[in-house]
Amino acid sequence: MKKRSMKGWLYLLPAILFLGCFMVYPLIDVLIYSFEEGYNSASQTYYGIGLYNYRYVLHDPYFLQALRNTFILVIITVPLSTGIALLISLGLHAIKPLRNLYQTIYFLPYVTNTLAVGLVFMILFKKTAYSDGLVNLLLQWFGGSSVDFIDGPYWAKMFVLCFYTIWVVMPFKVLILTSALASVNPEYYSAAKMDATSKSRVFFKITLPMISPMIFYLVITGFIGAFKAYSDAVALFGTDLNAAGMNTIVGYVYDMLYGNSGGYPSFASAAALILFAIVLTITCVNLLISKKHVHY
Amino acid sequence: MKVVLQHLTKRFPSRTKKGDDVIAVNDFNFEIPSGKLIGLLGPSGCGKSTTLNLICGLEAPTEGSILFGEDDVTRLPPENRGVGLVFQNYALYPHLTVLDNILFPLQNLKGADKLTKPQMMEKAMQAAKLVQIDELLERKPSELSGGQQQRVAIARALVKMPRVLLLDEPLSNLDARLRLQTREEIRRIQQETGITTIFVTHDQDEAMSISDMIVVMKAGVMQQIGQPQDVYDDPINLFVATFLGTPPINVFDGCVKGGMLYVGEDPVMAVGGVADQQVSVGIRPEGFNLDPQGTFRSNLVRVEVMGRDTSVVSTHPASRNPFVRSIIRADNQVDRTKKTVCFSLMPNKVFLFDAQTDARIPFTWEAQK
Repeated sequence: MKKRSMKGWLYLLPAILFLGCFMVYPLIDVLIYSFEEGYNSASQTYYGIGLYNYRYVLHDPYFLQALRNTFILVIITVPLSTGIALLISLGLHAIKPLRNLYQTIYFLPYVTNTLAVGLVFMILFKKTAYSDGLVNLLLQWFGGSSVDFIDGPYWAKMFVLCFYTIWVVMPFKVLILTSALASVNPEYYSAAKMDATSKSRVFFKITLPMISPMIFYLVITGFIGAFKAYSDAVALFGTDLNAAGMNTIVGYVYDMLYGNSGGYPSFASAAALILFAIVLTITCVNLLISKKHVHY
Repeated sequence: MKVVLQHLTKRFPSRTKKGDDVIAVNDFNFEIPSGKLIGLLGPSGCGKSTTLNLICGLEAPTEGSILFGEDDVTRLPPENRGVGLVFQNYALYPHLTVLDNILFPLQNLKGADKLTKPQMMEKAMQAAKLVQIDELLERKPSELSGGQQQRVAIARALVKMPRVLLLDEPLSNLDARLRLQTREEIRRIQQETGITTIFVTHDQDEAMSISDMIVVMKAGVMQQIGQPQDVYDDPINLFVATFLGTPPINVFDGCVKGGMLYVGEDPVMAVGGVADQQVSVGIRPEGFNLDPQGTFRSNLVRVEVMGRDTSVVSTHPASRNPFVRSIIRADNQVDRTKKTVCFSLMPNKVFLFDAQTDARIPFTWEAQK
């Protein structure tokens, strides 16, 4: 018995070594940095231990701005993208001819590089000396006044960021939901048909509960993904996100480490741990809610 | 409610462009009397389930019509036909409790048929009591055994009081013991409600034991319809004869010459009214009598004693199956030392079929002694 357990550990050793080196150790390190005041990575010195870093970060207007941006992003994009993805999947599921073609088209954004997509969005939204951007042209066509979506008012920038995020995360959700819909046993629909079930009732009483585990999976991963947003904002607004007022929590962490105002691993660590605490809380809340509403 | 099928035909278009259409159901004409339990019987892929789907309206027929009593329901959508369907895999909604599953069809009712909550509960409880699951109402389907799920499915189909109840392979997902029990149960429920019930099965035992009438099908064509015993005793062709009965009927190559039936080389019995020709001879296992002077001789392989009766396994050169199985009463002693075993045949257990068409050839015999 003992020999066997030794063997087991031996098999696990490579994975444990790698995870230990590159995940567990850095995590513990981050935790330690976040409590060390004024840690200097060059000289490996610090003044003292305490909650100073957290106090600083939580009072930093840039961090508060980043926190606000991230929360708005999460609250808008997660429900919207999941909802729209569900509508698209239902549409795809309902049609027969050309379904594969449409599926491919809807999946294309997933395999497109973030920055390339950013470029496209620039063309759509950016105001330059030569053009106001495609969207503004359309707005003007309909008699509206043009808006600077990239350097203009906050709501315009937030709109572009949300639009962009939804557009980027959509394909994966569509893919997951289409396969979830396809895996519902058609006998349930036949049974419902026998009983003259109305379409809306079929959807809410049969389809939705049947695919609820997948929807839940998408909501949880969507929350986590949106909280970790950073590259999307960079693709649209460039690297100086604080100046654009469009920073995210991850962007703040990055800036604290490497940005122009960087070089503060302690603050970065504290911010990262705050993000971790938020994501953990939200995920726990999600799990609690799902126990009531997700079947199986 | 009697169910009448007239020239019912269902063709499925071929998958390839050049291929022929698949005819799943070919020109069905029969009438199912009101309040009876009917078994649709046939091997896999013979169109039984398609027939059921046509009756319940999940598939539309290519030709022909379906009548419930005097109503032509051919063009009616399934929900307006007043049928209850029990699916092979039950199709119980896994996220709903047993009670909610049974209530589901009632909650769909609209307009004048709309029921109040207490009315729905009353009907659901009635259905649940009928199939004896009223103790399990709060459970989810996954917490039930196969037999219990089956009952819930029947209750769900019955709760709207359908004119016709359809069961698709109702026993195929149950183990042998439960199968016996459940088929009695189906019989009881059918008789208590008096609803015309049609069930599909490939198991002839199942169909024979509980049906008032059986319909034997093969490759989309109805072969024979009748009371189980009549069909067994008087099969219309070789297919029906081989499909019904366990152990199955023994089939031999034979011929008729001058009013005498030959099985292989041996003359076995006199048959009247049959012209000289090659025939297929079917002899039911219970059609053999152990008889030292018997005309039917085969090579003894082994004797299986089953308690109630004895099964003699032998080989015969003209047999189409590797072994000939004869069932005789257990008080008969078979001399196991001898290589050959002799039987006399019961003429009413012997059937002749045309060697080409497999159609039954009637013959007359003289009662012995």
